[in-house]
Amino acid sequence: MGTGLPKVEERDRERIEAGEGAPHFLVHNEGDGVAVAVQDVEPGPARVRYLDSGRDAELEVREHVPLGHKVALMDLGAGVEVIEYRVPIGRTRVPVEKGRWVHVHNLRSARWGRSR
Amino acid sequence: MSREVLGYRRPDGRVGVRNHVVVLPVDDLSNAVCENVARVVPGVLALPHPYGRLQYGEDLELTFRTLIGNGANPNVAAAVVIGIEPNWTQRVAEGIARAGKPVEAYSIERFGDLRTLAAAARTAQGMLQDASELRREPVERRELVISIKCGESDTTTGLGSCPTVARVVDRHVQEGGTVIFGETSELTGGEHLIAARCQTEEVRSKFQGFYDRYLAEIEASGADLLGSQPTQGNIRGGLSTIEEKALGNIAKTGTVPVVDALAMAETPSRPGLNFMDSSSAAAEFITLMGAAGAVLHLFPTGQGNVVGNPLVPVIKITANPLTARTMAEHIDLDVSDLLWGRCSLAEAGERLMALVERVANGRLTCAEALGHREFVLTKLYRSA
Repeated sequence: MGTGLPKVEERDRERIEAGEGAPHFLVHNEGDGVAVAVQDVEPGPARVRYLDSGRDAELEVREHVPLGHKVALMDLGAGVEVIEYRVPIGRTRVPVEKGRWVHVHNLRSARWGRSR
Repeated sequence: MSREVLGYRRPDGRVGVRNHVVVLPVDDLSNAVCENVARVVPGVLALPHPYGRLQYGEDLELTFRTLIGNGANPNVAAAVVIGIEPNWTQRVAEGIARAGKPVEAYSIERFGDLRTLAAAARTAQGMLQDASELRREPVERRELVISIKCGESDTTTGLGSCPTVARVVDRHVQEGGTVIFGETSELTGGEHLIAARCQTEEVRSKFQGFYDRYLAEIEASGADLLGSQPTQGNIRGGLSTIEEKALGNIAKTGTVPVVDALAMAETPSRPGLNFMDSSSAAAEFITLMGAAGAVLHLFPTGQGNVVGNPLVPVIKITANPLTARTMAEHIDLDVSDLLWGRCSLAEAGERLMALVERVANGRLTCAEALGHREFVLTKLYRSA
């Protein structure tokens, strides 16, 4: 039956890595609770750059974070507001430790009441 | 003074950047003959769509406004309008004729497709030859009406491609130009930021009214929107909630005030940044923008939306390095350097403004070159 093409997820797992010295994560604003991966990031020490202040910081990443996905910059309790762009982007579903991947499995909209 | 570009000055004074002769069906039944006209006279552009029958009320008015607005768009030199019966056909043709350009109308009943084809093709041929003699002339860049909307967004749109567009928006508006944005439901979580930028209380209350009505409609559906808004593509790209998507979306509107809040397919009357009540679905949105008179569209994308429009050139900008690498044929401007700090926002904005000028002067966009001509009317409710 097979078409000979790899499955979609396998086909696009081309890794994106920036060169030496480039940040692993960008943060929109000081005070935000999450940062965005600008390359595929593996667990370990990572460079974080704040876009508003220009400040660089270190973060110990605890799990794989794909390009474009978010990481927690602080320990977040369950049901708390998560801030990005200085504005709430939703609430945690469960506690999220600093350095963990943040996405739909542990963050939900506070506005679309019916979205699970 | 803004810089000069080369555009087409139309009889109503507005400026276009393309010179299409269109064959516009009033209804679904007339698509076949319109497409046949474009086969017989290959330089003209048919605009098939699935609606126009038994619509009523606000939904019918929106269809008329969308068809008339697109026919009157300054990227159109002349139009042939074809409908099944003469009454609505005449109404659309007369609406377009108010822009002062050549328009002819044909209806199919009592003639059939073949006689309609012969007559309409003859007219279209003449219009095409006449349009071929129109010349671009120097116009001010600020005379271009620009629309903006992102698609298949991800977190890189909020970080890179939307702030790049914002640079062009601010500069265009400061020079006296007009920009239109919208995506009503996709402001959720940041709608207060747009409300705060409305220039007057009257504009704010119009904006809030559009927003509240749209949200009430979505909530009344009782549906779980996760996977629809944000889309599956948004989620795959790292966006987790509508709020996060909205904040990235809003990042492309720049810092200028919102001077008006428009109904769907309404033409702006005030220069500056205009909001239009609209769906966030790309093809529907750009079709509404064409109706409002936009002649060029800036489209930041994260995961790689491939949309185009038959009349309005769509410039795609991405900051996602994976998308830039894997979908290069769809990307007009790659600003992924921004993510790694290898380029400043000011430089990215300059690169986009330079590309806007080239496309205005006639360079084909990726979507034009690949034949993307999505023409999609917004339907408000089912027909009678």
